[in-house]
Amino acid sequence: MSAPPDFEIRAGFIPLVDCAPLVVAANGGFAAAEGLRLTLVRETSWATVRDRLAVRHLDVAHILAPMALAANLGLGPLPTPLIVPMSLGCGGHTITVSSGLWSDLSAAGAPNDFSAAGAARALAAVIAERRRRGAPMPVFGIVHPYSAHHYDLAYWLAYAGLAPGRDVELVVVPPPLASDALAMGQIDGFCAGEPWGSVAVAAGAGVILTTKANIWRTGPDKVLGVRRDWAERHEDALVRLIRAVWRAAVWCDDPANREALAELLARPEHLAQPAEVLLPSLSKRLIDPTGRPREVGGFLVFAEQAASFPWISHALWFYAQMVRCGQVAFSPAGAETAANTYRPDLYRSALTALGATMPAANAKVEGALASDSPAGASQGRLVLSADGFFDGRVFDPDDLAGYVGDTRVVPRHEPPA
Amino acid sequence: MRIATPALLPRARDVRKHGAMTDRAIHVLLIDADRIRASIIEEGLREAGHARVTVLSDMANLMRRIVEIDPDVIVVDLANPSRDMLENMFQVSRAVKRPVAMFVDRADQSSIVAAIEAGVSAYVVDGLKKERVKPILDTAISRFNAVDRLRRELEAAKTELADRKAIERAKGILMKTRGMTEPEAYALLRKTAMNQNRRIAEIAESLIVAAGLLGGEEKS
Repeated sequence: MSAPPDFEIRAGFIPLVDCAPLVVAANGGFAAAEGLRLTLVRETSWATVRDRLAVRHLDVAHILAPMALAANLGLGPLPTPLIVPMSLGCGGHTITVSSGLWSDLSAAGAPNDFSAAGAARALAAVIAERRRRGAPMPVFGIVHPYSAHHYDLAYWLAYAGLAPGRDVELVVVPPPLASDALAMGQIDGFCAGEPWGSVAVAAGAGVILTTKANIWRTGPDKVLGVRRDWAERHEDALVRLIRAVWRAAVWCDDPANREALAELLARPEHLAQPAEVLLPSLSKRLIDPTGRPREVGGFLVFAEQAASFPWISHALWFYAQMVRCGQVAFSPAGAETAANTYRPDLYRSALTALGATMPAANAKVEGALASDSPAGASQGRLVLSADGFFDGRVFDPDDLAGYVGDTRVVPRHEPPA
Repeated sequence: MRIATPALLPRARDVRKHGAMTDRAIHVLLIDADRIRASIIEEGLREAGHARVTVLSDMANLMRRIVEIDPDVIVVDLANPSRDMLENMFQVSRAVKRPVAMFVDRADQSSIVAAIEAGVSAYVVDGLKKERVKPILDTAISRFNAVDRLRRELEAAKTELADRKAIERAKGILMKTRGMTEPEAYALLRKTAMNQNRRIAEIAESLIVAAGLLGGEEKS
């Protein structure tokens, strides 16, 4: 059905920097150019985003990618069928620790350059030392059990032989409260999307230990979640929405627009945070433990190098982590549900005419590129940047069963308490 | 303009007919950072015969508090940022009695919509009969709505008062600078508003600002 001009789409978002493509699409004229009125609705929890999608207060939303899989797998309250026609970019979250934990980590040899391997080894040493002293295990906050943050943190811990529930206690903490919880000593660290790591640094509550890009360069995080029934009824509006958000994502990537983007996101109706705490992540120069800005390649990329492409291999990687974390039992049918949640076909049909770089395949072996490499593209020239996992492992979506059976990847652990 | 008084809040007897007398044993925990709203809802629940109501407005140590309180039904305002934390805790904790989100069976779509529109989310200990919980939720929903309506009316009253003041002042400016009578000044404001398809108060405000900039108005 063709949507009339000035067609309203209600989009939910959580105040995090990676809502930028939606905010820019709504405020930068990109939605209007497609004949859409994109109404943004700010929410304070992912649970409320999910509930408002369920009762059709929202048509689409900025969501955690694994939330869409969980909904389609029937997990959690009010599961509403969702599709993911595009990603909102490569991840922009950090693992931030309290100043107290950082001084222990630093003494145990943690690096100053965000590198994930050294940080994990130092944490293992600190935990072993605490255990000898009879001290309690450190507590880390995550934003949601179905989140890239949870899986990345667990994956990173596993490298050093650490398991949530046994060596580290995981708790869910709302990101806006994470910095205060760190300062008050209620948690020792957290994994959350920007700007919350930078907020904690600016408040003197903690230091950024490592980042998403250092754990899994060009790994995914938030996506555009769309109610399946809405998408089926409004095919034309969805095409126009994908175009508007993609154009907005390209705008967000342009360094020339960075200051303007920070100002826009800083507004009270969006993130309501000073532009200064948004600029480190937007400029990919986060404050390192010595207090200096440090360039983090591959951090928070919105559209470049097909960052907005909904790779089926990303959906399957998330599914594999859900299995490894004990959230769902592995089944071929479940894997198929996860894969079918992502809709690269919709992305292709909306954006091919716009000249967007289009990968030839819908899935890839994740972590296979040690350096920037040309990749098969059906349109445009696609150079995928190094996408390595910090531990050098690869994820082959064709060998899902083998991957989830490999206990070295993420040891089975207790879900967060 | 009439401002709703507590008398306009839903009466206890409206919900009592659902059989609240048998619900006395149910312990309701209300989590709402908005203390005023929380006390209005608490009062409503008590009036409806739910004597065991505990209110938490402070989110500190939420998990430990819930374990101590050990509720059967938990009502949380939808805008509470702690919802993700609560849901996760309900799902995995061994310390609390595993509350599940209301309406997981989705049998009652209209209740889900009513609750979410009112800004209410609720969690119920597994196994508790739906008929026993529904009156509690209905009370919470109607009180949330009543508080919301009250606040909107209060906001409208404030705006109306400000509008009137602005129009009075704008009339005064016109009377003084253009030598108009009061009805003439009002007629000009109204005509301008109609021509521009704007509210009279908006026209009045721009006139006041403009007069201030041009120095045409003495400080009142």
